[in-house]
Amino acid sequence: MIRVTLPAHLRKLAHVDGEVKLDVEGQVTQRSVLDALEARYPMLQGTIRDHVTQRRRAFVRFFACGEDLSHEPPDAPLPDAVAKGAQPFMIVGAIAGG
Amino acid sequence: MSGVRVLVGTRKGAFILTSDAKRERWDISSPHFAGWEIYHLKGSPADPNRLYASQSSSWFGQIIQRSDDGGKTWHQPGTPPGEPTTTPDGTPKGESNKFVYDTSPETGKPLTTHQWYDGTPHPWEFKRVWHLEPSLTDPDTVYAGVEDAALFRSRDGGQTWQELAGLRGHGSGPFWQPGAGGMCLHTIILDPSNRDRIFIAISSAGAFRTDDAGKTWQPINRGLHSLYIPNPTAEVGHCVHRIAMNRSRPDVLFMQKHWDVMRSDDAGESWHEISGNLPTDFGFAIDVHAHEPNTIYVVPIKSDSEHFPPDGKLRVYRSRTGGNEWEALTKGLPQNDCYVNVLRDAMAVDSVDKCGVYFGTTGGQVYASADGGDSWAPIVRDLPAVVSVEVQTLP
Repeated sequence: MIRVTLPAHLRKLAHVDGEVKLDVEGQVTQRSVLDALEARYPMLQGTIRDHVTQRRRAFVRFFACGEDLSHEPPDAPLPDAVAKGAQPFMIVGAIAGG
Repeated sequence: MSGVRVLVGTRKGAFILTSDAKRERWDISSPHFAGWEIYHLKGSPADPNRLYASQSSSWFGQIIQRSDDGGKTWHQPGTPPGEPTTTPDGTPKGESNKFVYDTSPETGKPLTTHQWYDGTPHPWEFKRVWHLEPSLTDPDTVYAGVEDAALFRSRDGGQTWQELAGLRGHGSGPFWQPGAGGMCLHTIILDPSNRDRIFIAISSAGAFRTDDAGKTWQPINRGLHSLYIPNPTAEVGHCVHRIAMNRSRPDVLFMQKHWDVMRSDDAGESWHEISGNLPTDFGFAIDVHAHEPNTIYVVPIKSDSEHFPPDGKLRVYRSRTGGNEWEALTKGLPQNDCYVNVLRDAMAVDSVDKCGVYFGTTGGQVYASADGGDSWAPIVRDLPAVVSVEVQTLP
């Protein structure tokens, strides 16, 4: 079970409170986690990564285990602690503004 | 007639203001989509309970929202609240925010470049929906004007969107360029007398018209004169801010251009200037009285640099002669120290017997006149900066 935290605006769009828990088949990567997230919450398609290019939106960042994973390749394995559900995969809106 | 519903899009959410036909007392809703930019929301002429809203943010992109109960509740088309988010075979339903330029060989056009601010080629990139225009007859059909400029249409209530690629493929796309707000398609006017005719306007490309329901388009900018482009009378490149029409006279169009207020009497084939005695002919918003097709309204703004009213006086100007002769309407509007702007989609009229006129400001006020502009009062004064105002006259 993969744990994912969403920023407040996306929780509201997805009609969820708190963390999202997902079953991810195969290797746990950014791509596989986001695929599973969008399959379960299709209203989030396009809000985290572009519909067509699948690139992360510029003001969205990914963190886990205290590390900034925003610039890691989308198919790179996520940390074991995320894959085992010990730590959440955090989707965060970038701080922009005062 | 039961009343009036004013739909207000702001930088931090949408608000719905309602009143009876007297338009004296107003109920103000709590913010919808709080924290998001609402560029536009508009109701279907065919079903006043059907509303569409464009919700966007720099963080999370474009969302389309729909209400089927006059704005009480909203959902993303395709994913109604409480219903499964996938079809029985597991296919995700919600693609209501998927705006993809049509580049298919069969129906689309290749993505060219348009001009960047410095004239260099720039790739076409979808950013947001500026304007939603529901069909005059079908609540499930709605058009979307987007940035980078293109026209999309949904025939399933906003669930899926297809580009009308003939516009972007007109051939002049490489010469289009962004205005200060981006390269946006901001005006969509459906001709009530001819279902195949649509007018649109783009900053900064100009106005275009289709007579075959969107398959092919022609620029309609003859007579426009823009000193800020290399060829002031070019076929495209003009920064049209807004076009308005009275439904009873669909061949007569009024335009607020970057500078100049213009009029066409032949469905855009040619334009002539009607700025007349306006204190400045720069501005964004323009609209036409619901029952008097020669009565038009603008809000003059000092300049393209100083986006506020001249002399700190917020004045609507009305022409009852179809242009050239304008009178300042000031009763109830601030006449000193006022430095707000009124954006292009932030003026609307109702069709109550005595026509109501409404506009919103970047200072968060929405002003209304229940007497065709003779007197004004703020119906709300402390909203976030207002981006758009639409009005529904309820049966």
